[in-house]
Amino acid sequence: MVVEVKNLSKSFGNHIVLDNISLKISEGENFVIFGRSGTGKSVLLKCIVRLLLPDSGEIFIDGQNILNLSEKELNKIRKYIGFVFQSSALYDSMTVKENLEFPLIRNFEFTAEERENKIRSVLEKVDLAGAINKMPAELSGGMKKRIGLARSIITEPKLILYDEPTTGLDPITTKEISHLIVELQKDLNVTAIVVTHDLVCAHIVANHAIVLKDGKIRYEGALGKLTSTDDEFLNDFFDNEYFEDKNGRK
Amino acid sequence: MFESKRYYQLEEKLNEFFIMLGGISAFSIAFFKNVFLPPYEFGEVKKHMDELGVKTLPIVSVTGFIIGLVLAMQSQPVMARFGAESFLPSMVALSVVRELGPVITALIFAGRVSSGIGAELGSMRVTEQIDAMEVSAINPFKFLVVTRVLACVFILPMLTVYVDFIAILGGYAAVALILNMNFQLYVNSLLPSLLFSDVLPGIAKTFFFGFIVGIVGSYKGYMADNGTVGVGKASTSSVVISSLMILVMDMVLVKITLIFWSL
Ligand SMILES: Nc1ncnc2c1ncn2[C@@H]1O[C@H](COP(=O)(O)OP(=O)(O)OP(=O)(O)O)[C@@H](O)[C@H]1O
Ligand SMILES: [Mg+2]
Repeated sequence: MVVEVKNLSKSFGNHIVLDNISLKISEGENFVIFGRSGTGKSVLLKCIVRLLLPDSGEIFIDGQNILNLSEKELNKIRKYIGFVFQSSALYDSMTVKENLEFPLIRNFEFTAEERENKIRSVLEKVDLAGAINKMPAELSGGMKKRIGLARSIITEPKLILYDEPTTGLDPITTKEISHLIVELQKDLNVTAIVVTHDLVCAHIVANHAIVLKDGKIRYEGALGKLTSTDDEFLNDFFDNEYFEDKNGRK
Repeated sequence: MFESKRYYQLEEKLNEFFIMLGGISAFSIAFFKNVFLPPYEFGEVKKHMDELGVKTLPIVSVTGFIIGLVLAMQSQPVMARFGAESFLPSMVALSVVRELGPVITALIFAGRVSSGIGAELGSMRVTEQIDAMEVSAINPFKFLVVTRVLACVFILPMLTVYVDFIAILGGYAAVALILNMNFQLYVNSLLPSLLFSDVLPGIAKTFFFGFIVGIVGSYKGYMADNGTVGVGKASTSSVVISSLMILVMDMVLVKITLIFWSL
């Protein structure tokens, strides 16, 4: 799926969060969004899927302006969108299995056996096959995160929005999840928008990156070029040994 | 200075109140728009009915019995004063079936259920579970709100019929103690006085009460914000609002049935 955002603005009260943002994400791209805490990265993701209504601007998914669609038409598109919430947002009255089944039962016509297989394979991908009958309250934060991710990819979406998919995970799981994102892109040509602070994750997945600051896009381009600018904020933001090292070697 | 500050507070409160009334009306309209659209989540409705029944049965049983008992105990000396003691069973049955059973059950139901729904949906709202549903192309209003409101609408009349019986039994307990009347006689003396026009409106109005409890609880929860503070507020204010609305609705419905049945 292709996503295009034109002149998007969003404020809460008189607090301007997004100020005239425009961006274009092409099919099969892994698009990474950086920015300090509270700059509106989650708000931007939510606007893109119309969970929040922007104050002005347009959002096109595969050429359709989703702000003008009826609920029914929008849902046709949303069936092919996955959203990984920063807070996991697992349905806490349902088991892991029921969480994963929930969209499958309602939006697609799979047999019980096909659903079983999908659930098993997606749980293996996030390395949590043993958690199938657990309640969300019994899972650790990182486990919830991975189940949330599993729930978003089980419907095989064409566009996935990841809100900090690796925050709170250990370094090994972080790498596994990042490779999973790349794998989905390679195998299924999924378009991914990844909000992250995690440079390891960004290095593995990013084809293209932007940095948000004060409601505007402060930088846009390849990840590797981020520190080669003489922008003070960017140098401060990415002042990370891992990053410099990598750059130096390159 | 004091005066003007108070005036603004009052105005703000009034504004909030009317915004809420508007919101609840919009919510009710959305309910009717969604309730007939497939997919029908019968499983969810049944699950909620089970939960609500189990949650409220013990307390309405105790309350119903005590209401019947106390009503008979309190009325007996009064009726004896007017030489109408033999009408005591009928008096208890009529008061319970026409008014006390439905209203008391509904108020207790509001206390237990409305707050529960408010808290449940409120926490789903602030932890983004409702957003998660919406973004996966599932209508959260239908899945969460419509099913809960339907469960309330169906379960409250059943509870009311049950409470009516229990309260009449409670009345018998008092009558047996005071008048030494056997159960057969008690039932025989109250049955002929109970008309269709006593029973039907009493049960019918509980459909409305159930609707109020479900809609108000859902509205408060669905609209919750401000994290856990919002959840707490959603659950307490939904009890206050739904109880008040039940009483106002009762007044209106009693008036309507009186007009209707005196034609
Ligand atoms: N529903 C809301 N009502 C009012 N203000 C909001 C709301 N949602 C977000 N904001 C404000 O918008 C700003 C951006 O929030 P957002 O959650 O997008 O930040 P973020 O970039 O995702 O930060 P983080 O990295 O910490 O997740 C914040 O200042 C926040 O206070
Ligand atoms: Mg965020």
